[in-house]
Amino acid sequence: MRPDPLIPSLGVVTAIRTDTPDVKTFRVMGLDGKKPFAHIPGQCAMLSMPGVGEALFSITSSPTEDYLDFSIKKCGCVTDWLHAMEEGQQITIRGPYGNGFPVDTDFVGKDLLFIAGGIGLAPLHSVINYCRAHRQAYGKIDIVYGSRSKADLVDFPEIESVWCQESGISVHLTIDNPEPDWDGHVGFVPNYVKELAFSRDKTVIVCGPPIMIKFTLAALMDLGFSREQVYTTMELRMKCALGKCGRCNIGDKYVCKDGPVFRFDQLDELPDEY
Amino acid sequence: MKKMPLSQLSSLFSAISELETLYIPADDSASQAHFTPWTQGMELTRKGNTARSPKDLFFPQVEGLVNFKVSGKSIEILENRPENAPFVVFGVRACDCRSFYILDRVFLTEQKDTFYESRRKAATIVALACTRPAETCFCGSFGIDPTDPKGDVSCWIEEAFLYWRANTEKGQALTDKLPMLVSCDDLAVKAQQARTKEILRRLPIKLDLEGFDREHMLSLFNAPQWDSLSESCLGCGTCTFVCPTCQCYDVQEFNDGEKIRRFRCWDSCMYADFTLMSAGQPRPTQKERFRQRFMHKLCYFPNNNDGLFGCTGCGRCLQKCPIHMNIVKVANALKEVVK
Amino acid sequence: MQERLKKKAVELLKSGTVDRVLGWKSGEFFYDLTPAVFETAEEVERNFRFSPFSGANLSKYCIAESRKGGKVAVFLKPCDSFSFQQLCKEHRILRENVYILGVPCDGMCDVEKIRDAGCIGITEVREDGENLLAETLYGTVSLPRKQMLLERCAVCKSKRIVIFDELLGDQGEDIPSDRFREVERLEAMAPEERFTFWRSELSRCIRCNACRNVCPACSCEKCVFDNPQSGVQNKAPADPFEENLFHIIRAFHVAGRCTDCGECSRVCPQKIPLHLLNRKLIRDMNELYGPYQAGADMDSLPPMTAYTLDDAEPSIVYARGGK
Repeated sequence: MRPDPLIPSLGVVTAIRTDTPDVKTFRVMGLDGKKPFAHIPGQCAMLSMPGVGEALFSITSSPTEDYLDFSIKKCGCVTDWLHAMEEGQQITIRGPYGNGFPVDTDFVGKDLLFIAGGIGLAPLHSVINYCRAHRQAYGKIDIVYGSRSKADLVDFPEIESVWCQESGISVHLTIDNPEPDWDGHVGFVPNYVKELAFSRDKTVIVCGPPIMIKFTLAALMDLGFSREQVYTTMELRMKCALGKCGRCNIGDKYVCKDGPVFRFDQLDELPDEY
Repeated sequence: MKKMPLSQLSSLFSAISELETLYIPADDSASQAHFTPWTQGMELTRKGNTARSPKDLFFPQVEGLVNFKVSGKSIEILENRPENAPFVVFGVRACDCRSFYILDRVFLTEQKDTFYESRRKAATIVALACTRPAETCFCGSFGIDPTDPKGDVSCWIEEAFLYWRANTEKGQALTDKLPMLVSCDDLAVKAQQARTKEILRRLPIKLDLEGFDREHMLSLFNAPQWDSLSESCLGCGTCTFVCPTCQCYDVQEFNDGEKIRRFRCWDSCMYADFTLMSAGQPRPTQKERFRQRFMHKLCYFPNNNDGLFGCTGCGRCLQKCPIHMNIVKVANALKEVVK
Repeated sequence: MQERLKKKAVELLKSGTVDRVLGWKSGEFFYDLTPAVFETAEEVERNFRFSPFSGANLSKYCIAESRKGGKVAVFLKPCDSFSFQQLCKEHRILRENVYILGVPCDGMCDVEKIRDAGCIGITEVREDGENLLAETLYGTVSLPRKQMLLERCAVCKSKRIVIFDELLGDQGEDIPSDRFREVERLEAMAPEERFTFWRSELSRCIRCNACRNVCPACSCEKCVFDNPQSGVQNKAPADPFEENLFHIIRAFHVAGRCTDCGECSRVCPQKIPLHLLNRKLIRDMNELYGPYQAGADMDSLPPMTAYTLDDAEPSIVYARGGK
């Protein structure tokens, strides 16, 4: 009998990096030391610890890397356990799931504007690094990233030492409140986007808390962007990730299968239930 | 077409059960019909539909997926799936035959659910034509003909005979092993079908589902009718669990002390925790949960499946809902939204 | 009775005495009435229906309805009024926001029993003296009304409406009932036989939670069985014994508060006689702590929450021979 897609494979957590007080990044490899599977930026995987539970996480690392990274915020049963475990721990993994971002089609040749809030950087991280690896395929890249405080910026060292140093990439960081050792921008992401007054020919990828997405979208509309230009990635409760268990639908679309990446004009055609 | 005297029904059942496990609809101690493994002396129910649907035989309420053993930092995956032995289901009504077709659209599309698939492959469906539909029957609204049910075999019980027609290779293979069936003409069956169709015309429920489509998805979703339709819903899972096409499931785990058993079980969109996340709840009240169930059957599912509705008109939810709210009342109330 | 109730509902809405009326709404057939809130006289005129199939107990809905602002009128049959009063006693209903219309009742009918009597394709049922005349697609059938009653009505314990603002008809009285007969039959069984009986009944459970969700005594905001943190949350039995535990735990949790309204058994899609678990506990409490009827009044102390020095010790089970 061929294996059922619900049956996971084993993986091992080879490295754990503490990013912020409540975000860690876990590197997952197959037991054979290889990357468990190939993926497209924006796709997800089901991670589980038997006895604790299974949950869906977006893949943070770029497909161009030979490992899978997951930046995970501590916010529930499974994530609490992940945050407490040590390197060398085996877990189960299955995937990849979802459509991913159209990095090889719609994004090609475009100026890209990434807007992320807090842990919302996790799925965008994969796209950003994929675009960096295929730099010639895309135009100018802007990254707006904000969080509550400097300590809450996920993977600040890479942003500062790698992204900020590359030509053709502009990084705009912001935090919610002033801090003594912060000389960057202070304020919420939507307002910062408006202040930066981006030209409206860019393709935009937004991810973050729902409230941030809502106001960022409004800011973009004010700047003259259209909803067809703006992509986001969704999250709903999932059990199977195969479009069968029946709970992650928005109208007639399943986030696990038809998403998680949607354009806002696509979401406009769906019931407002997410 | 073949036939045999009805008086030999138990020898037919006996012959089938010597080949494979045979399920027939039989009455339980509470006088409700259920698909039950046949044993000598068990009688075919005189009731129409079973209380629970035959989906249970393909998508059981609980089934183990995989087991794990955890020691230190290591995990062992214990996969021990027995092959499904072939089985025969006798007495499946036309509405329930349609439900397999609907469930196939979910479980047998990529990526295939191999648990369901192996049971479907193992099963031979012997369908039985209806002669006495109930007032809650409305399969005709979905283009189903209960006088000619679509199984591997179709059967008719008329007067003192059981009529039998193999429709598929699987059905023919079973037929070839049953010598008590002898060839005959189909005049008696035709006459029965004509008589039943006369009754079907008098059934009280005729659903008009024109306009339940993608074009009307948002107006249906935003209809003000959902408030009053859902106001007395208890949020139980009765409709879901007796429905032949409801297939939502949950995956849970149970530590039996030795190993961790990961199993799946039926779930209901009517339940409060169905979509609950640590990050929030997209369906915060019973209204949204109630709406999801009916939107799925009447709009979302057909949108994704060439207009095929996720309902077969079997009438179980009409009979079993504790507050008598059901898909017929919902569809009728929403009619004015799509007109 | 239907016209009298309707008239009253219209009057209360038109006079502004209440803002809403909680009653029953007609359906596709004569028997499929749905609990509903009526906000206008027109809605009442169009859809209100009271009949021998108005079995649904509306008292639990009053928990939410009494908190929606304004005043709501509710129709309560005698047994419903026990549930209502019990909920008031537990401070679940905001009494001042509810206007209770007491409705006398001579027993509600069970369409399942009519089906079990062999009726298929029932399109109408009329009352005809002591009988019910069922019109079906296959002819007219006459059935003795008494035998078509809901189980709880067949063994009705009281025609008394214990709490009301207005009575629509005559007040009734507590009446002799042999509702414990089936419990006695089970008690008389050998333990193994009784265990087999309950295993067989409870093994049919599909864990739809209809019994719990309809139960007026199950009014927790969040049930322990729905709480992922409880460690006992399961939508399905990981172990076949779990169904027994679910129902037994529930019976113990509502013990002393269950008024024996019978809704659990009415709604069970698998026809499990759940009321027998509750009745067994009611009978035991009557025996061990003196006669007590939950919901009968506002003042008496409930046996399971009122401690007295001569309360029975757990060892009583031995003195009673394990029953």
